[in-house]
Amino acid sequence: MTQAQRLDAAHDPCIVRIRGLRYGIGGRTLFDDLDLEVARGEVTAFMGPSGTGKTTLLRLITGQVRPDAGEVLVDGQDVAGLGRAGLYALRRRMGMLFQNGALLTDLDVHENVAFPLREHTRLPDSLIRSIVLTKLHAVGLRGAAGLMPYELSGGMARRVALARAIVMDPEILIYDEPFVGLDPISLGVVLRLIRELNDALGITSIVVSHDVREITAVADSAYLLSGGRVLASGKPSGLADSDSAEVQQFMRGLPDGPVPFHYPAPDYAEQLFGHLSP
Amino acid sequence: MKPLIRELADRALESTLAIGRYALFTGRLLAETPRALLRFRLVVGQVHNAGALSLVIIMLSGLFVGMVLGLQGFDLLERFGSEDSLGTAAALGLVKELGPVVTALLFAGRAGTALASELGLMRATDQLSAMEMMAVDPVRRVVMPRFLGGIIAMPLLAAIFSMIGIFGAQLVGVQMMGVDPGQFWSQMRGAVEHDDIMEGVIKSCVFGVACSAIAVYEGFHAMPTAEGVGRATTRTVVISSVVVLLLDYMLTAVML
Repeated sequence: MTQAQRLDAAHDPCIVRIRGLRYGIGGRTLFDDLDLEVARGEVTAFMGPSGTGKTTLLRLITGQVRPDAGEVLVDGQDVAGLGRAGLYALRRRMGMLFQNGALLTDLDVHENVAFPLREHTRLPDSLIRSIVLTKLHAVGLRGAAGLMPYELSGGMARRVALARAIVMDPEILIYDEPFVGLDPISLGVVLRLIRELNDALGITSIVVSHDVREITAVADSAYLLSGGRVLASGKPSGLADSDSAEVQQFMRGLPDGPVPFHYPAPDYAEQLFGHLSP
Repeated sequence: MKPLIRELADRALESTLAIGRYALFTGRLLAETPRALLRFRLVVGQVHNAGALSLVIIMLSGLFVGMVLGLQGFDLLERFGSEDSLGTAAALGLVKELGPVVTALLFAGRAGTALASELGLMRATDQLSAMEMMAVDPVRRVVMPRFLGGIIAMPLLAAIFSMIGIFGAQLVGVQMMGVDPGQFWSQMRGAVEHDDIMEGVIKSCVFGVACSAIAVYEGFHAMPTAEGVGRATTRTVVISSVVVLLLDYMLTAVML
């Protein structure tokens, strides 16, 4: 990427552009001709029922998997066209919070947060310590620096992972289902952190979730995905006013609708009283 | 008939592909070795995990194998009136054969399974994916230190096994069966040559490469589920044991 291209990309209001994306796995098409954009400096949410491919979309954006067709552009760079070195250079500008935190279990909290710094910089120990404590303070866990991952609750582990994700001062912060399994207090803390970190650090945040209420509270814009396409997009609060039955079913959490409650099966009465095998 | 032939062909193809994948992975590990040695602190930690933590089982096994060798050797040699050669027989048996082989089998069962399950669990809990996302190559950061730690630990463990084994044979032969201690040690010193020791060292180094490569390959490529980790652990022991015995025959045939 040339200097001029980099400058152009920096002025692009969208940091992620996906055009005509097609991707399938195991003979099943997850995305077919998908187009979406993530605005720079905003919190953008990808929502949708389980199995829609939200996490796979994150994996496509971060280059963990490659699309069958179409483009995934991150800050002007086609992720699929990058080699290992280019991909790693791009990932240094990203931070990702995994669903379970994915902390390294043989390192304590301090060393987990320090891990990217030790791997990518030659900073002295004293400076690394200061940076780590600053990041841990930002997530409210400076006092837990000496704990091992198995001594942390689920919410604490996710906050430590968040501190690790921001330790290299990324431009894009990606959250994969950050609210799953959290108690109301931890959930409130994570919600606040997503918003505050985005605004304070001037970064772009992408949040994958199916928790409508939480997303509505924190995101600037949202995409509702289902069946490999974008069902609706816009302000999260506006999605609830959509006329689409599919959107209404998801936003209101209705058990039956366009997405059926029952998995496809033979006729109930015939299966119960007939001679059909199960 | 046709499906059977097709199934056999599919299995042969799958086995060939698996051997190819192993070879490519091991080739990559060997190519990464010089760079990995620059971060020797990580390797030392893994020598401790694979080696020091296996010491008790290696020493206990070495003692009992040596004692059995002393009993059986004495019984056999006594029939020919050459029980004074017990030290030579025990030392050669241990240094050239039993030391490297039994150590490798024990290593596969203790350290190999630990390596495979640790890497498999790291895969299952997204730790390896997290490293990839932090632009850190998990092969360089996680796999290489474990691979090298196993390679370094194996010859050291085999040497300790053989030493303790010789002590066990001496305990039975000299202390219990009444073999002359002077004859036991002097015949051993006279008969065991530099080449015999090198044979054991070469074998244990080769077994170290094989067992470590199998363990890290199986763990690194484990399915990210509880069943996948269990399967990787089992495969590590089974494949390592068969490969060690196969390599032992080949190396013995070449070096004799």
